[in-house]
Amino acid sequence: MSTINRYAQQISAQVLSNKRVGQYHQILISVGDVVKYCRPGNFIAIAVGGDNSSMVLRRAFALSRVSDRGEFGGTLELIVAPHGSGSRWLCSQGEGALLDVVTPLGVAFGIPTEPVTALLIGGGYGSAPLFGLAEVLKSRGCHVDMILGASSSSKIYAPLEGKRSVNSLKIYTEDSSSGIPGRVTDSLEEIISEGAIDVIYSCGPMAMLSAISTIAQSCEVVHQCAVEESMACGIGVCMTCVLPVRQDDGSIAMKRSCIDGPVMDGANVAWEVVGKIQETKE
Amino acid sequence: MSIDLSTTLGPAWFPTPIFTASGCASSGRELAQFFPLKNIGAVVTKSIMVKARPGRPTPRMAETPSGMLNSIGLQGPGIDSFIANDIPWLVEQGARIIVSIAGETVDEYATLARRLRSVPGISALEVNISCPNVENRGMVFACDPVSSRAVIDGVRRIIGGDLPIIAKLSPDVTDIVAIAREVVNAGADGVALINTLLGMVINTETMRPHLGGKTGGLSGPAIRPVAVRAIYQVHQAFPKVPILGMGGVRSGRDAFEMILAGASGVSVGTATFGNPRATLDVQEELEVILTEKGFTTLRSAVGFAHRQDRQDRQDSPEMSGE
Repeated sequence: MSTINRYAQQISAQVLSNKRVGQYHQILISVGDVVKYCRPGNFIAIAVGGDNSSMVLRRAFALSRVSDRGEFGGTLELIVAPHGSGSRWLCSQGEGALLDVVTPLGVAFGIPTEPVTALLIGGGYGSAPLFGLAEVLKSRGCHVDMILGASSSSKIYAPLEGKRSVNSLKIYTEDSSSGIPGRVTDSLEEIISEGAIDVIYSCGPMAMLSAISTIAQSCEVVHQCAVEESMACGIGVCMTCVLPVRQDDGSIAMKRSCIDGPVMDGANVAWEVVGKIQETKE
Repeated sequence: MSIDLSTTLGPAWFPTPIFTASGCASSGRELAQFFPLKNIGAVVTKSIMVKARPGRPTPRMAETPSGMLNSIGLQGPGIDSFIANDIPWLVEQGARIIVSIAGETVDEYATLARRLRSVPGISALEVNISCPNVENRGMVFACDPVSSRAVIDGVRRIIGGDLPIIAKLSPDVTDIVAIAREVVNAGADGVALINTLLGMVINTETMRPHLGGKTGGLSGPAIRPVAVRAIYQVHQAFPKVPILGMGGVRSGRDAFEMILAGASGVSVGTATFGNPRATLDVQEELEVILTEKGFTTLRSAVGFAHRQDRQDRQDSPEMSGE
């Protein structure tokens, strides 16, 4: 067997609950034993639209929280923004609905072996996987600070129970509707130095990840980011979700964000040429 | 159930007629978690070129009604790495292998054929002369009968008679039968029908083409009737030339439709993106359908829709469509 997609299973998962949280839906699904292979940073690919749907591609969502306890056995929580026809279909699925899912997929966030001071940065509902990550880091004795940003307060995803899993939480909104006016990167250098941050974990729009990478590199802080590129398959066969990543020899390779990511070392991503790699010419 | 699903493409024998489609299964490793690759007819690998190639800029994908556009641009590791890493791994899995090759010039196809001819474990070559994701549309050999002939002729000379050559053709031509005639005359053992159709999506927010490469190849169930038509036409013109059918197959019923049109084998492509098990699912469903229709061999169903005997057709009412 290959090591790619090693723990992934295609299973039928039942919707246990589907709640609106601000602009998002918090969907809890029952997945059984596969949960023991699910880690923060992994994602799930869900078929949408039912049998003979005209939507031929799965939709990928970061696992927000993973639980192997409770009356339903293994469960996964997903945060879904009903933006397109596929995610709207998913958000319309009520309790008891069965979903065709493939999970866990992708590279998870690396968890330090010793307690560190971690800064978690989320943009929009990119904060979803960070709360599950925060719980894992806290359980390993890490100090966890979190900063979240969005254009407006309604786009911040920060559930009450999630706030309990971090030591501090700062919120930034561009329209000043809540928290600090501005962006997560505005005072990032000070936050890194004052908080003696060892590692940054981030998830959100690519422009934000790119900006964080620049600052993290200048501050010499490790930066693990969960990237976002549109995917067709989620399992590594279609080659659509590629990103330019610097290799050890200095060359740039187009890496699949589904199986070589979504979590990547921000310092290795060649952000300046994302979407610009051209075919080689003889 | 003891139906004989075996099929042949020229001298190559396969236990079942259901294959992956090139570009939709990479080199198989990613799918091995979802089903044993040896259980399907063959793995058709992603078109390989002489040199490693980064492909086109992102975005490379747009979902469309019952389909998708892709603009990958033949990203791949190059033939040396492919022969060193991918073929031995597939052989180890017990998979049958059809290697898809693509070049920018007639010579490049010949070079690829030279590199592959002595590699053990390969059942056939699919010569992709119809990838739409290239900068210069002139590179789409399959749009021109003379270029098509030149590529197949060059590969045939190098391969000799042992390894079957299947020419993959484009539906974006006025007369696909004319192109098929050229490649068969040049020595192709069979034809693969169809590659994607050239398409475009414009993002109405940015008001610019959505794909980094501007145009892309349309695949998925949306193109299936085009594929069925092409298979039907080519089978009608050359009933003895084996056809590997593909284009929007996602169920056993769809594969059966292509077999009725004249396909001896069927590749499952885009459906794998939505369902990693799609190739095996299609194969299992096809076996049930063939049995229900009373076929005892796959071979007896190939081209069945061409039969003039009306009674045969009335016995199979579901063949008229969905």
